[in-house]
Amino acid sequence: MNTQDLAYVRTKFEPARPAPMSNLGLVVWLRRHLFATVGDTVLTLLGIAFLVWALPNLYNFLIGDAVFAAENGDACRAANVGACWAYVWARLDFFLYGFFPADPYWKEQAGLFAEFMAQWRVNLVFFIGLALVVPLLWPSAPFKVVNAALFFIVYPVVVFYLLAGGAFGLEKVPTEKWGGLTITLIIGLVGIVTSLPLGILLALGRQSRLPAIKYLSTGFIELWRAVPLITVLFMASVMLPLFMPSGVTIDKLLSALVGIALFNSAYMAEVVRGGLQALPRGQYEAASSLGLNYWKSMFFIILPQALKHVIPGIVNTFIALFKDTSLVSIIGIFDLLKTVQSSTADLDWTAPTQAITGYIFAAAVFWIFCFSMSRYSIFMENRLHTGHKR
Amino acid sequence: MSNDTLTPDAAPQKNDRTKMVASETEVAIEIVDMHKWFGDFHVLRDINLKVMKGERIVIAGPSGSGKSTLIRCINRLEEHQEGQIIVDGIELTGDLKAVDEVRREVGMVFQHFNLFPHLTILQNCTLAPIWVRGTPKAEAEKTAMHYLETVKIPEQANKFPGQLSGGQQQRVAIARSLCMNPKIMLFDEPTSALDPEMIKEVLDVMVKLAEDGMTMLVVSHEMGFARQVANRVIFMDQGQIVEQNEPEKFFHNPQHERTKLFLSQILH
Ligand SMILES: Nc1ncnc2c1ncn2[C@@H]1O[C@H](COP(=O)(O)OP(=O)(O)OP(=O)(O)O)[C@@H](O)[C@H]1O
Ligand SMILES: [Mg+2]
Repeated sequence: MNTQDLAYVRTKFEPARPAPMSNLGLVVWLRRHLFATVGDTVLTLLGIAFLVWALPNLYNFLIGDAVFAAENGDACRAANVGACWAYVWARLDFFLYGFFPADPYWKEQAGLFAEFMAQWRVNLVFFIGLALVVPLLWPSAPFKVVNAALFFIVYPVVVFYLLAGGAFGLEKVPTEKWGGLTITLIIGLVGIVTSLPLGILLALGRQSRLPAIKYLSTGFIELWRAVPLITVLFMASVMLPLFMPSGVTIDKLLSALVGIALFNSAYMAEVVRGGLQALPRGQYEAASSLGLNYWKSMFFIILPQALKHVIPGIVNTFIALFKDTSLVSIIGIFDLLKTVQSSTADLDWTAPTQAITGYIFAAAVFWIFCFSMSRYSIFMENRLHTGHKR
Repeated sequence: MSNDTLTPDAAPQKNDRTKMVASETEVAIEIVDMHKWFGDFHVLRDINLKVMKGERIVIAGPSGSGKSTLIRCINRLEEHQEGQIIVDGIELTGDLKAVDEVRREVGMVFQHFNLFPHLTILQNCTLAPIWVRGTPKAEAEKTAMHYLETVKIPEQANKFPGQLSGGQQQRVAIARSLCMNPKIMLFDEPTSALDPEMIKEVLDVMVKLAEDGMTMLVVSHEMGFARQVANRVIFMDQGQIVEQNEPEKFFHNPQHERTKLFLSQILH
């Protein structure tokens, strides 16, 4: 086309073509992302140098020089050994179940199956939980309502009777004997499942037009957010019993559960409130103008959108909550971290790398759960994405 | 809006108008000595307005004159402080039951559509009938498809609002209101957020609605539309109704100085 001409009529249509090679391919990707400028190149080379130095050391410690199987700590005490996985393996029962008593019959039997059955009550709790959680989180799995009812209503009752016993011929096990990953998961799950609905109610309360509800919610949120969780736990376990009439004891685990749930619901409330405020007023008005009352507008219109906006914040709170469960050790509850920590004093396995191996194990377990939550939230965000905004 | 829509030879439109007769006896909305304040600001002053069943009223006026506030008072998105508003025989007071009842009978279309972005077009249309009226789902969907056909976008039913053009979204918003089977429809500048070529598709739907006898209150500066369907044009300024008249007389022979000034501004 002649650039001098103002009038122009296209006579031939340009067909669509595949993108040029410079948009694609590994070499292009490398050049664009790792070697685009001199600075980038230097950083890339430094990064590679660091990996070359660190990876072999890491490999040697975790795998190459590590002790995987041993009867006792002798092998781990040898010079220059890496991680003492044999110790984690030997104490795994303690890390998973704490002091939960083993089944007297199966304890005496040999073999992996017997070992599994020795803690069949806790293991059953794990497996039922898994069997209910997976389909619940799987968006296209059927029977969501039944599934949810089973998980949120039936499952807690089943867990209680399986663990606490005292009925159906099960030996009674006081909560002091529960421990390890079991208790970490119980506290984490109860915290997560209760703090979200409580947080939503508090967030709605804080936005309420009724002054009583508004100020009560605000006061509650500000109070709990302003105290450290450790204080809350101490108060729950030490102070609360002082106010109780003599003879009445409050279960330590229960008070920790309540404390953690309320504490996190305050955080959750603020996250949810952020989502509520981000919604344009038009959404509230459209819902009202269609005749939806307050609760229906909230349930069908406002909350689904507000919660979707703040999924990252919600999951952030969940992850923080899950990691904070390890604070219950200060009131004498044997959660996963506490069992690991106390087992490092185990004389049979005393070795230079004993403690570090234990903590790596604990960290890895926490990481698996938290990372799964994070990935799941990203999956949900993408799934709930309904086209570009206008 | 170009001047030629105001030329008097609009015979075909005249024919359409004969289909649209307003009731002489049945009152749809009655507003008596109504006042409203936002804090200290007296936003609506001494509003008196009677709308008969089947009547189409276009409300015009400069920005900030209280047009939106007035129609939002009719379904109580805003609360008035003095006087009476009676909609379909129900007086709007603090009584929440009355408010809910009125909102069920009054549909509203907003300038920015306000569709629910997390629901499909069909779900947008069926939510209120199902959960407010208790209509069975299958029936609500049938009604919704009927109205989506009325606004000429049945094929978009399973898309999300974010995937539609502005004009399509506004037509969905109209269909969504119609699904509640309202007796009265309120429109707050339904076309002013739209590109010119989309304005017509929305106005066409509204004209069709008027021909079907819907009672309509439309805040709009679309003077062609006003001439074509309105029984009355109301001009507001500074929170008051300054002038009202039949469209023909309103446009060709405005009485009040403010109206003349306003018309001279928007017609050029
Ligand atoms: N929620 C509110 N609080 C305080 N003042 C308000 C509020 N809503 C509107 N106003 C004021 O009331 C007046 C009337 O507003 P309204 O939205 O009814 O005007 P309008 O005629 O619809 O104008 P426009 O053509 O720009 O939409 C304006 O001066 C506006 O600033
Ligand atoms: Mg307005």
